[in-house]
Amino acid sequence: MSAEQARKLIVLAAIWLILLLAPYWMVPLGGYTALATRVLVLGLAAMSVNFLLGFTGVLSFGHAAYFGLGAYGAGLTLKFLAPSTPLALVAGMLLGGVCGAILGTLIVRRRGVYFAMVTIAFGQVFYYIAFQWSSLTGGDDGLRGFSRQPLDFGAFKLDILSNANNFYFFVLFCFALAVATMGFILRSPFGRTMIAIRENERRSRFLGIPVERHIWIAFTLSCFFMGFAGALYALVNNFADPRGLHYSQSGDFVMMAVMGGMRSFWGPLLGAAVFVILQDYLSSITVNWMSFVGLLFVLVVLFFPRGLLGFIRRSKA
Amino acid sequence: MTQLLLFNITNGLIIGAFYVLMALGLSLILNLSNTINFAHGGFLVIGGYIAYAITPYIGFWGALLVAPPLTALIGIVVERVLIRPLYGRDPLYSLLLTFGLAFIIEDGTRFIFGPQGKPVTIPPFLAQPLSSDFFFITGYRLFMVAVVMIAVALLFVLLRYTRLGIRIRAGTLDLETVAALGINVQMLRSLNFAVGIFLAGLSGVLAAGQLGLEPTMGTGLLMPSFIAIIVGGIGSLPGTLLGGLLIGVASGLTAVFLPAASEAVIYVMMAVVLLIRPRGLLGEEGMMS
Repeated sequence: MSAEQARKLIVLAAIWLILLLAPYWMVPLGGYTALATRVLVLGLAAMSVNFLLGFTGVLSFGHAAYFGLGAYGAGLTLKFLAPSTPLALVAGMLLGGVCGAILGTLIVRRRGVYFAMVTIAFGQVFYYIAFQWSSLTGGDDGLRGFSRQPLDFGAFKLDILSNANNFYFFVLFCFALAVATMGFILRSPFGRTMIAIRENERRSRFLGIPVERHIWIAFTLSCFFMGFAGALYALVNNFADPRGLHYSQSGDFVMMAVMGGMRSFWGPLLGAAVFVILQDYLSSITVNWMSFVGLLFVLVVLFFPRGLLGFIRRSKA
Repeated sequence: MTQLLLFNITNGLIIGAFYVLMALGLSLILNLSNTINFAHGGFLVIGGYIAYAITPYIGFWGALLVAPPLTALIGIVVERVLIRPLYGRDPLYSLLLTFGLAFIIEDGTRFIFGPQGKPVTIPPFLAQPLSSDFFFITGYRLFMVAVVMIAVALLFVLLRYTRLGIRIRAGTLDLETVAALGINVQMLRSLNFAVGIFLAGLSGVLAAGQLGLEPTMGTGLLMPSFIAIIVGGIGSLPGTLLGGLLIGVASGLTAVFLPAASEAVIYVMMAVVLLIRPRGLLGEEGMMS
């Protein structure tokens, strides 16, 4: 094993150790377990955005739509179909992913800023649907009247509703599943073609890679991950909010990815942690937190365009 | 029924006129600077609040003349200081920056002027309805449409016949060649940005007289403006004009028959256009890909 491989393994072990022990070190530091859960879920969403942005090189600025669809999918399943947490997760993921797959066929015809514009505009469609269709979605008030259900393992039941630690570990398990899948895809030959498209689209085309189809597959996959994250988020809050589908939420996700470091796999999780904790703190001390978040956007873009991880790596090199 | 229909068509045209002003400015900046200006709605708000602040001193007419250039001036400063360093980079960065800027502008106006709506007083003779049957056609509404028409006409004259306009159009097609011919591209982008922001400021003043002012008023106009650009065809200003009017009237008409869908219909139009004619109604081949 080379030194490089050993270093990577140590970093990976450290990340998982930090995540596994989060409920135990966060509370003494003044945080709370639910905050750690939110970081995980929003981190997964930011990683899904980055799956497309950082590894395929196309910017979707409307990904919150698929996140929100996942949340509504899970919420509606729990409320009207069956009181089953796993079923809700699957339903949310499918709703986000399938809608992404359908719209993706229209969206992948564009590139660059135009790709971003079309994704924003299509994302807003779902926002308006959730906003207007009050009888089903609760409209502006959001979808209420459901809660996550205990996990039934036959021999015993695991209470994830009232026990915050149990729920954290359940979310961590789901997060691990999703992240492992994501890492597996990126290491596969398909993942390599994604990176090839990011590096040089024209050359990829000359090499015989069907670029449009591959971008569509990457877009669809990231929508499935997004739907899954959204479904988890509905479970976190026992609530689904139309603002979760709005493009300003997409902006937050992109920001998390950029702030953490787009070119690295774990960067968006770090970005999400910083963003969520900062927002939580700012909104508790000032009503003008929006200005500070906006200022954060401006400062990161001007001074840390490579994100925190990119900055650390560069200063080491 | 005819009255209701006419009412909504008029409404749609007026809303469409706003979409057109916003979308033309966005489109100018998008074409030359490859920047999606998310703060465009924010500049509209700035224009409106400047008008609100100076109306007591110089009246509505004075504000109409002074507020848009002042907004454009702020636009130039923002472009020089914040957006110019990002031109060489991925468009992602300017998008994120203007996105953050929109937050700051919205929150800032709320902080300075308070969250409640503010009225801007318009000259009384403009506020009168023109006839009792068609009570909704007030003088102000006609006036707004007239101002928008004049502004659009002037913009097209500027682009068609002046040196600046010809350079802007040339830069849209091939910026490298324009730079190679010795034209100061940075300056061109600044001026172009200022023209776009001027239009946003103008719509801000006009909107202030009709709807009153709120810190969030710009955000609602942003999405329809995007769609006007996509429907009309990216890269084509006449397309943007057509797109804005089309989606305005379409949403006005839908409001008669199916009020809940009046917002959604413009998205449906966009999907149909992208499906059948991906480059937009008047877009040129290759501009969008």
